[in-house]
Amino acid sequence: MSSIGTGYDLSASQFSPDGKVFQVNYAAKAVEKSGTVVGIRGKDCVVLAVEKIITSPLYEENAASRIYTVDKNIGLVLSGLLADGIKLLSIAREEATNYRMQFDRTIPLKILNERLSAYIHAYTLYSAVRPFGAAVILASWDEVNGAQLYKIEPSGSSFGYFGCASGKAKQQAKTELEKLDLKNMSTEEVVKNAGRIIYQVHDELKDKEFKLELSMVGKEVDGLHRIEPSIWYEMAIEAGNAAKKEDDSDNEV
Amino acid sequence: MVFEDDWMNAPHSTGTTIMAVEFDGGVVIGADSRTSTGTYVANRVTDKLTRITDKIYCCRSGSAADTQAVADIVAYSLNYHENQTGEEPLVAEAASEFRNYCYNYRESLLAGIIVAGWDEKLGGQVYSIPLGGMLLRQEVTIGGSGSSYVYGFIREFFKKNMKKEDCVEFVKKTVQHAMYHDGSSGGVCRIGIIDKNGIERRIYFATDGGSAIQAGN
Amino acid sequence: MLPFNNGFASPLWHNGPIPGGLYNFPGHNGPASQPKKDYGVQRASQPITTGTSVVGLKFDGGVVIAADNLVSYGSMARFQDVQRVFNINNKTVVGAGGDFADFQCIKRYIDQKIIDDMCYADEYEMKPKSLYNWLTRILYTKRSKFEPLWVDIVVGGVEDGVPFLGHVDLRGRSYQDDVIATGFGKHLALPLLRERTETGKPIGRDEAIALVKKCMEVLFYRDCRASPNFTISVCTKEKAEILGPFKVSQNWELAKSVEGY
Repeated sequence: MSSIGTGYDLSASQFSPDGKVFQVNYAAKAVEKSGTVVGIRGKDCVVLAVEKIITSPLYEENAASRIYTVDKNIGLVLSGLLADGIKLLSIAREEATNYRMQFDRTIPLKILNERLSAYIHAYTLYSAVRPFGAAVILASWDEVNGAQLYKIEPSGSSFGYFGCASGKAKQQAKTELEKLDLKNMSTEEVVKNAGRIIYQVHDELKDKEFKLELSMVGKEVDGLHRIEPSIWYEMAIEAGNAAKKEDDSDNEV
Repeated sequence: MVFEDDWMNAPHSTGTTIMAVEFDGGVVIGADSRTSTGTYVANRVTDKLTRITDKIYCCRSGSAADTQAVADIVAYSLNYHENQTGEEPLVAEAASEFRNYCYNYRESLLAGIIVAGWDEKLGGQVYSIPLGGMLLRQEVTIGGSGSSYVYGFIREFFKKNMKKEDCVEFVKKTVQHAMYHDGSSGGVCRIGIIDKNGIERRIYFATDGGSAIQAGN
Repeated sequence: MLPFNNGFASPLWHNGPIPGGLYNFPGHNGPASQPKKDYGVQRASQPITTGTSVVGLKFDGGVVIAADNLVSYGSMARFQDVQRVFNINNKTVVGAGGDFADFQCIKRYIDQKIIDDMCYADEYEMKPKSLYNWLTRILYTKRSKFEPLWVDIVVGGVEDGVPFLGHVDLRGRSYQDDVIATGFGKHLALPLLRERTETGKPIGRDEAIALVKKCMEVLFYRDCRASPNFTISVCTKEKAEILGPFKVSQNWELAKSVEGY
């Protein structure tokens, strides 16, 4: 973002003369600063993966997780300000619960996405609030609708994806994703690619330590959203380490 | 006069025969057409097959006021849901909404409702919501005061996955038997056939050899 | 988790006079016309669609719970294919008697609790005692509002390797025992089960199932609200499973030897 607000950036309820809502752009900036997250939709699954940057060795291993379960078969991953994201998580869970109470079934991801998007968007309209400094990726799988993947920006706009990324190395991750034939990809391949991309885009010079967080929802995990299911998680880490080793040896040449 | 009190002050209720059957590809719903206040027939051509969405209907029994109110609320809500999602509501979703009202307000309502219809996910479905607000899916179900007289008939002659016209014949006969024996049921037999294309409505007179009349959708 | 009352349950009619009263429009002086109300609120709570007995028995390493597949409508055997025993998860099972609409309501909340548990993603699952205690609180709270949930629930399962069997009812009363039966089963099944448990000898899984099947047979013969079709839930350390539906093999030979009263 090259331009600065020059007085038009103090409120989310004011446009700048060239049609920007600076508060929303700043919120997007908060997302760009956080660790990379990706969502990959394969043939029978969706995999979510996170480069969780560890800023201090004093944290417990599972501190500040970015992947959560919203409903049996719905996963959510956050990038940006964690506290903002957690609020969105609780809204998503509330929507899922209310839908189940009213209609006796799990909320379709399309509808959850619409409702959460509308909620986030509402925070870009008023001077009394600030937009959410978080982007949300939603993933689900079921027999009828298959794998589904949505991403919502801090502006409240959202789209369905085959693969999406957010955070620091968003561009790099997207470039990697675009090379893949995701529509026909097996679960194993999706998991491996997720691990590989997160390890590849991690910048060792800027951020020393990181932990790969990974979750999946799909046929192979009984249609449930599972966070770090052991075999798959190990598979992803293995693929990640292998990719890193290869990259390192390239650099040596 | 005690006799006057009876029909002048009694609430309108659909002392009724209603019915719904799943068949291969859809559902057939049926009802008599009598609404009574006490022993007076307040309406002899009532339509108890009430539209919720194009492919979901309910059969109403109990208090006419209560069931109409609940049907109106659910129809409104599902129309909103349909506009919001851009998809046709599921029969199970409609049934769940009906149940929520019938269960949560079971102390104030007198409503026995059958929800039936067709959706992409599960095809033809019938859900029964009797007085206490319980919800069960059934292949065939009957309700209302007239139904007590035809349980045996249903048990004897219902078969799974009947052909459409066999199913219509079965529903027509059942309702006519019930109307014959139940004082609170009578009039004509209204039938609705719901499948992937929507509803086809028919009316059968209870006269001997009464023939089918096509009614508009 | 939502509180245990549905948002729907707000009054059907509000912002107006009570039925029979008149509106008080703005500008009008004096109190709105309200019919004199000198009586309390009457609640007609009574079970309508009901299930009869549930029978439960602890055995060596697990529990078994059985109930027939009938939900009655008054004295009419109205819904004849309804399972009344449920596996909540791999270590918790329940059997439901009493008003089935009320049980379905409780079941919806249990299902939502399971999802809430999944959201925590901490590998903890609801254990039998937690469910049992939660049920006592729900049921006691509702009875204290004079809106009892008209149910008789048997909770079973295996907790930390030890079999658990408990009973909760519409008033929030609860007790645990090695043998439990509700409704007619209290009179007909308990003696049969106790006859065996009081010998003190360990009961195996297969024997427990056979015992419970015998109970369902007796109940079918002697309970007007029972049906011959029943389902059994068995919970051991390894897993919870649903067996059935079974049908009581009936024997009416006795009738031949009876003539005249």
